[in-house]
Amino acid sequence: MSSANRSARPLSPHLQVYKPQLTSVLSITHRATGIALSVGILYLVAWLCAASSSADTYAIFAWFNGSVVGRIMLFGWTFCLFFHLYNGIRHLFWDAGYGFELKAAYNSGWAVVGATAVSTVGAWLLAYAVR
Amino acid sequence: MTDLRSPVARVRGLGSAKSGTHHWWHQRVSAVALILLVTWFVVSLILNAPAGQANVRAWVSSPVTMVMLIMTIPFGLWHAALGMQVVIEDYVHSEGMKIGLILLIKCLAVLAAVSAVVAMLRMAFGG
Repeated sequence: MSSANRSARPLSPHLQVYKPQLTSVLSITHRATGIALSVGILYLVAWLCAASSSADTYAIFAWFNGSVVGRIMLFGWTFCLFFHLYNGIRHLFWDAGYGFELKAAYNSGWAVVGATAVSTVGAWLLAYAVR
Repeated sequence: MTDLRSPVARVRGLGSAKSGTHHWWHQRVSAVALILLVTWFVVSLILNAPAGQANVRAWVSSPVTMVMLIMTIPFGLWHAALGMQVVIEDYVHSEGMKIGLILLIKCLAVLAAVSAVVAMLRMAFGG
């Protein structure tokens, strides 16, 4: 096989110069948020166990949740939850056979991005407003 | 198209994963249930915003919260275990390590589900 022939053929993605698409970014984000939520639900269970336990044990969770790192983690999990929820609904429509056209896939993708941003910020604003 | 599978593989209809569509279907069923449960969870958490141990206990102990949480957390853990299984199957290629990790994930999910239910019952009835 000559080198001239080889350069004319399409190449597999080079990560250094690869232009990501919305569809592939949302796909890997769905998996990443799923992994984060798996950790998050264990944290939720630990928090419930602490609440059922002594005041001292609960105080550790209350302190961590109120700290800067704790708040960033809780905000991150809120983002993950909304993203995985909305993108999961998008996946269910695909499973049922709808929305596979390129334009529809991009439109639903941007809808997921928008709804996630609004819901994540909105949920925190509402939670603070209620308090 | 020529089918390269043996007649017995075809009649079993279980594919290369050897479990048919069982895993895929359960992932979808738990996903649909979680759409409703997670929506309730977010709304209830925002409306009640339980701050302080006493308020958390009061929130968990109310019958509606408890019934919903006892469904939400095990369903969520089930969905998480199924999802983590796929991640492990994709990236872990040694058979022994793969099976070990999947079993570990499932043990962790069951342990967490039982712990959550016990914690909630303790808050409601433990005094």
